[in-house]
Amino acid sequence: MRLHEYQAKQVFADAGIPTPASQLAETVDEAVDAAEEIGYPVAIKAQVHVGGRGKAGGIKLVESKEEAREAAEDIIGMDLKGYHVSKVLVEEAVDFVNELYVGVTMDRNEGRPVAMVSTKGGVNIEEVAEEDPDAIAREHIDPAFGMHPFQARKVVYEAGVDREVANDVASVLTTLYQLWDDRDGADTEINPLMITADDEVIAADAVMNIDGDALFRQPEIAEMGEEAAEGDELEQKADEYGFDYVRLDGNVGIIGNGAGLVMTTLDLVDYYGGEPANFLDVGGGAKADRIANALDMVFSDDNVDSVVFNIFGGITRGDEVANGINQALEQFDEIPKPVTVRLAGTNAEEGMEILNEDLVTVEHTLEDAVQRAVEYAKEVEA
Amino acid sequence: MSVLVDEDTRVVVQGITGGEGKFHTEQMLEYGTNVVAGAVPGRGGQEVAGVPVFDTVQGAAREADANAAVVFVPPAFAGDACFEALDADGIDLVVAITEGIPTQDMARVYRKLQETDTHLVGPNCPGVITPGVAKLGILPGNIFSSGNVGLVSRSGTLTYQVVDNLTNRGIGQSTAIGIGGDPIIGTDFIGALEQFEADPDTHAVVMCGEIGGEDEEEAARYIGEHMDTPVAGFIAGRTAPPGKRMGHAGAIVSGSGTGTAQSKITALEDNGVPVGDTPEEVADHVEDLL
Repeated sequence: MRLHEYQAKQVFADAGIPTPASQLAETVDEAVDAAEEIGYPVAIKAQVHVGGRGKAGGIKLVESKEEAREAAEDIIGMDLKGYHVSKVLVEEAVDFVNELYVGVTMDRNEGRPVAMVSTKGGVNIEEVAEEDPDAIAREHIDPAFGMHPFQARKVVYEAGVDREVANDVASVLTTLYQLWDDRDGADTEINPLMITADDEVIAADAVMNIDGDALFRQPEIAEMGEEAAEGDELEQKADEYGFDYVRLDGNVGIIGNGAGLVMTTLDLVDYYGGEPANFLDVGGGAKADRIANALDMVFSDDNVDSVVFNIFGGITRGDEVANGINQALEQFDEIPKPVTVRLAGTNAEEGMEILNEDLVTVEHTLEDAVQRAVEYAKEVEA
Repeated sequence: MSVLVDEDTRVVVQGITGGEGKFHTEQMLEYGTNVVAGAVPGRGGQEVAGVPVFDTVQGAAREADANAAVVFVPPAFAGDACFEALDADGIDLVVAITEGIPTQDMARVYRKLQETDTHLVGPNCPGVITPGVAKLGILPGNIFSSGNVGLVSRSGTLTYQVVDNLTNRGIGQSTAIGIGGDPIIGTDFIGALEQFEADPDTHAVVMCGEIGGEDEEEAARYIGEHMDTPVAGFIAGRTAPPGKRMGHAGAIVSGSGTGTAQSKITALEDNGVPVGDTPEEVADHVEDLL
């Protein structure tokens, strides 16, 4: 779960990491008032989870009240790469001489956290990692000990940070690790960490991604997450239903159980010449209601022309699935989009008997079901 | 023969009094698994499905000679449950079924794992089955058949799909291991492959991977350098867009392009592993390899 910049900055500031003066605004007037209070120049920054906000016109630097109004009018309400901007952060523009990158993340290949520092801050760090991996100093942390003070110093010096500010940068990194550890961080990052002409260290951006599985013990963060939630209508609906759902660009709707099997179904749709419209995993042990909800979701996506169900029952039962499909389809006078069903595993035979073949097409193998659904989608298209 | 699980496996179920724990204990017993104990703090002395419950895993190992633990404990307490099982004398295999354990808890479990000889499978996995002998976990026993093909997979239902394709052709399995879809897991592909390579009755292995991380790439190199047993592969997530998590906490292609299906397929093929485009094609490859 990802916090907005303004939320992450608040968490960082509360922990003692220096951040620029800033205020959150939801209207143009609020933004202008904030700019006047902070004093120019200020940056007006869209609060959405989009990479490359600046390039896309979501961050503007302004020098006067008129410019502030103009920028706030442009940014508030704008559509930034598909995301509606409803909040801006109005922030003191920091005059810097250097930009660093400082981050803590879980290195899944090593099974332990890693602290990273680079003097190539202010740019996309993943690009740096690819083009110039040596420009990022890394230090793995033993979770049994936490980060030793020497490790913070070591990674800062290894990165080539100037001696004058090294202690302060190490102190920011130590706090960042502590936050990562205390708040169940997945990634915590400051990019850029600005160094001013007076050797002050200021976090000009803040990224805080929290492990979604740990929210039960992070109530404060969970509450912020509700505020940070975004995504289109369907993705929010999926959240309500508790489905793992990802919307894609194609027209074949896909419903299945288990991430690996659903991904495989997507891949097969592509393999047989179709285009997947979504990833929807109903999870393990889904009952009839849940299956009906899944079908309702995929039907409500206008891009979908054909739907394929692929259920391999372990703890999920074929008869429950079949009842759910019937239940969802029987409420229609006319089936809105053709549905192809493939059931295997626990109670699959019972399920196939329950399915109303006037309403759905039943196939017996995964490959046949996918090919059938792709054909239907092509017929609708044509 | 088989790996990890055999006739001598004596199981303690952690969380046996919960809904899932009880149901799957019954299923495991029905399959013929030797479930000898349950472990739930405060419930020692009770019985579930005819199985005696102990307060601690150590108690179950000492009193009931349990040598393998299966974890059905809810996510908030499952990390600690894994620790308890790894710490208990006499337990040499821990299978963690629980989904949704906080990653930082697993990082600490993983650290503990480095200090022991005990195997951990999972978490967030369907378990381990040696067909006809025993199953530890939630896998549906009826689709498996006894034979000589080892199977290792990150995903539960995809495992069932591939097993179904094999069983339908009369190709049985020695052992199937679901290693789980989390970012931090115990036994990884290489760990499972090492087991199969050492098992004289496993004549071929199927490895089902998916996008995210670099485990499959590392496993491919291991296969190329260290394995005589032939391996066939499958990789899920070819059509997954970067930056979107496909269900499993580990299944994500990062912005910089690591962990893509293509890099995994190429790594496998470069090391002599045929990769199927469909599960049916995987079964074709296995037939050719045997």
